[in-house]
Amino acid sequence: MQALQDKGPFLWNRITRHIDAPLMAIVLLILAVGCVTLFSALAPETYRFLRQAKNIGLALVIIWIVANIPPQRIAQAAVPLYLIGMVLLVAVEFFGITVNGSQRWLGVGGFRFQPSELIKLAVPLMLAWYFQRFEGRIHWFNFLVAMILIFLPAYLIRRQPDLGTALLVTVSGCCVLYLARLPWKVILLAIITTVPLIWFFAHDYQKQRVFAFLNPDADPLASGYHTLQASIAIGSGGLYGKGWLSGTQTHLDFLPEHHTDFIFAVYGEEFGFVGNMVLLFLYFVLLLRALIIANNAPSLFSRLLAGAVAMMLFTYTLVNMGMVSGILPVVGVPLPFISYGGTALISLSICIGILMSIQTHKKLVSE
Amino acid sequence: MLSGSRRHYYSSAVKNTPQEIAGFKRRLWLAGLCMLLGFVVLTARFYYLQIVSHQKYQTQAENNRIAILPIAPTRGIITDRNGTALVQNFSAYTLEISPAQVEDLEKTIHELQEILEITPRDIRRFHRMREESRNFDTLPLRTRLTDEEVARFAVYKYRFPGVDIQARLYRNYPYQESASHILGYIGRINDRDIERLTENNNILNYRGTDHIGKTGVELSYESSLHGLIGFEEVEVDALGRAVRILSRVPPVVGDSLRLTIDLPLQQLAEKMLDGHKGAVVAIEPTTGEILAMASLPGFDPGLFVDGIDTANWDRLNNSEDKPLLNRAIRGLYPPGSTIKPFLSLGSLVSGKRTATQAIDDIGYFEITSPGGKKYRFRDDKIGGHGRVDMHKAIVESCDTYYYLLANETDIDDTARFLAQFGFGKKTGIDLENESRGVLPSRAWKRERFSGPRYREEHRRWYLGDSISAGIGQGYNSFTPLQLAYATTILANNGKAFRPHLVKSIIDGASGETRDTEPEETVSLSFPKNHLDAIRNAMVDVNLKGTGMRIFKDAPYTSAGKTGTSQVFSLRGDRYHESLVKKHLRDHALFTVYAPVEKPKIAIAVLVENGGFGARAAAPIARKLLDYYLLGKMPVDNDALNTMIRDDENGWDE
Repeated sequence: MQALQDKGPFLWNRITRHIDAPLMAIVLLILAVGCVTLFSALAPETYRFLRQAKNIGLALVIIWIVANIPPQRIAQAAVPLYLIGMVLLVAVEFFGITVNGSQRWLGVGGFRFQPSELIKLAVPLMLAWYFQRFEGRIHWFNFLVAMILIFLPAYLIRRQPDLGTALLVTVSGCCVLYLARLPWKVILLAIITTVPLIWFFAHDYQKQRVFAFLNPDADPLASGYHTLQASIAIGSGGLYGKGWLSGTQTHLDFLPEHHTDFIFAVYGEEFGFVGNMVLLFLYFVLLLRALIIANNAPSLFSRLLAGAVAMMLFTYTLVNMGMVSGILPVVGVPLPFISYGGTALISLSICIGILMSIQTHKKLVSE
Repeated sequence: MLSGSRRHYYSSAVKNTPQEIAGFKRRLWLAGLCMLLGFVVLTARFYYLQIVSHQKYQTQAENNRIAILPIAPTRGIITDRNGTALVQNFSAYTLEISPAQVEDLEKTIHELQEILEITPRDIRRFHRMREESRNFDTLPLRTRLTDEEVARFAVYKYRFPGVDIQARLYRNYPYQESASHILGYIGRINDRDIERLTENNNILNYRGTDHIGKTGVELSYESSLHGLIGFEEVEVDALGRAVRILSRVPPVVGDSLRLTIDLPLQQLAEKMLDGHKGAVVAIEPTTGEILAMASLPGFDPGLFVDGIDTANWDRLNNSEDKPLLNRAIRGLYPPGSTIKPFLSLGSLVSGKRTATQAIDDIGYFEITSPGGKKYRFRDDKIGGHGRVDMHKAIVESCDTYYYLLANETDIDDTARFLAQFGFGKKTGIDLENESRGVLPSRAWKRERFSGPRYREEHRRWYLGDSISAGIGQGYNSFTPLQLAYATTILANNGKAFRPHLVKSIIDGASGETRDTEPEETVSLSFPKNHLDAIRNAMVDVNLKGTGMRIFKDAPYTSAGKTGTSQVFSLRGDRYHESLVKKHLRDHALFTVYAPVEKPKIAIAVLVENGGFGARAAAPIARKLLDYYLLGKMPVDNDALNTMIRDDENGWDE
């Protein structure tokens, strides 16, 4: 083995041993698209772009670290992470910082942190761990406990109020329930009962968003303004787009939140339909790789977790693109790997790291 | 708990039944199918937005991005016939407030006062404008800021959102009150103006403009003076800030006007009238060009430029002297004896009189009403003028001659004849709101007293009405312009041209000059001997008659007629009484044209409450003729007043 004799390749091998090359490649590609788009969205300012570049560096490190943690260690972290997340959510309830009427943030020494971001990951982790624990003897009772494990944090988040994240947490948990083969009857029943329930508990501004989504032209300057301007941005992009740094909707500030939740409109405006297809393809390849990893995962825990992560990634992408292109109501969901923001990027890199860990540790397990 | 989890994990390999794995995989790839479906839906949506509806969103994005900003054209200037500028533009800084963007207007103004000098007058004017025109985004609070004030405000600008400094073009009237009624003034566009502009489909042309002509030539030539709006296509951001200019269609400067007015003549007329109320109209008979048109008292159009304040407005609008009234075209005065040459010509034409036919004037004329009551119409001269023919009747202004003539002439025939000279009709001068005057006839009286307040006896035409109308009193009342215009007809032997104030329009875009062509409006033909008889009599007025003293030693020939008219009210039967009484409040009139051989100028002078026409009005005409025909400017400013004093016991008519 020449490679073993050579110290360089050996070190390289040590570093890349737990990196899934296809997944890494696709993530890097999407990150590259994100950088290009974010640069335009923030231009002429570069300060936040450089900050995001640092975040990306940090994200790559986190991917590497998490990828090197064996799935069984990750499983061990499930319960503590869930409990910490819950404690923090309760802390938000009492000591949280209020921004824009929602109490979502915890401040620790000038650093702001959204516990709901942690819980988005902790819930599927917890459930995967829980079903793994009762593997082979899963009863309806276990599903009930799992539902409570989902409901508690979702309820706390909804109280902040942050319906969007509450729904995403619920969805991430339900993905695990679904993959754990929750009977179809229950799934149907749940859908029938929860949809009106959600409506009942929704705040007025949340309902307004739904109305605005159903008819954005009716109220072009208020609730529907975001959606309308985003549609104009994407639509005016046409087949090939207006070109990088040339989106008028973006650069003349007609498009709100154009570096965070609505960054996809910047992309759509500047790179057009062709660009959108390329990006959709990249996401699709990412999801496909995640599904394959889930498909090949050796244990119930890793299967459920990888599958849930794949479905979560899909949900974020669909909800964000659907919201920006006007087919879903406005919910504060960033576009994975592209929207500006450190917290979201870090939790995404943990997801990717988990997928890589599952993929690269299975040989060791099967050995 | 942790150790438990570890145990279960390690035993998981055992429990990994193929059944379980197959079930999981089914669900996993079903989810994968859903993902594919989701992406198909997104693709469809992108296709719809970016391919199907691209054009629509492209347009909306352009509409977002591009704003069309109007650029107001520069208003045309106005000069007199010699090219002396009567109206100019100057650029000045103004402090403007957008009331919609200011929360507490009073507080803002108060705070501004700490930085800039803002007088109570400025504030009153600001509030007045706010009430008048709600359609404006911004209204000026202070005008004509100095550079230092501009700099001082710039320092504190951040404290005043909605307050801005703008460079604006202002109207400058360098001769102030001179020719003020001719020029008129401009003012901010109000709701009524907007209505009118909308009706005329001209509102778009005024998008960047906030002033419009309100009176005078500024009003009647508004469409020429205003010019054509320009546009700037700018890229704006979401806050409406212009980012860059995309294209520019420059505005077209408004046309400049060259008036027919001769400024020195105009100023002389105004100087001569100064201290009195009255009007002077001087017309070039061969063209209808108005050489001077004075109306006193006047006003300073400059007061209206930044929006007039309430105090000045009240002073101008509510004054007894009515300085805003253009007496030359709006003031109605009985023509008095100045009507006599026309009535004489009428009698010659109708055959009621010959030039040599004479009457005996015993000092009065008497009629008996059907009820047997006698009315006596007196002559000015006690004991009468003796034997009077037409010539003497005009030269000495003998009333009895005309009482008799009126007694024999049907008023409707008189009215028909006088109408040919433009009496009772608008002359068609290029100013708005010209009065048509009152040319009495049976039909007119019936119409005038048709209201329910009047009875039949008010509406009937009496002989007495005819008699007083016969010497230019009674219901007769005309504008000084009408008198001057009718005089041009005598000067031209039956012809007249439409009186006008604009000699030429200089196109703002091309610089080409378009001259106003004289427009013949009257063309009457009278037998030469009739015209000669009237002219000779009018010449003798100034040589031997009522105008003799004033026209002494005039080196040119002139044909004039003095007149004195009672100030009377048109209230039914009371006028008979006032007819006999003569007060100092009579109006003085004089009409003249010169030189007789080839008339170059026709003048009508009216001095309200000036007394006898020969004393108050004729001297003004003399000075104007001296200047216009000889180039002689009078040295003595108080010429008129001196003359009036000299002649305290002078002339009778």
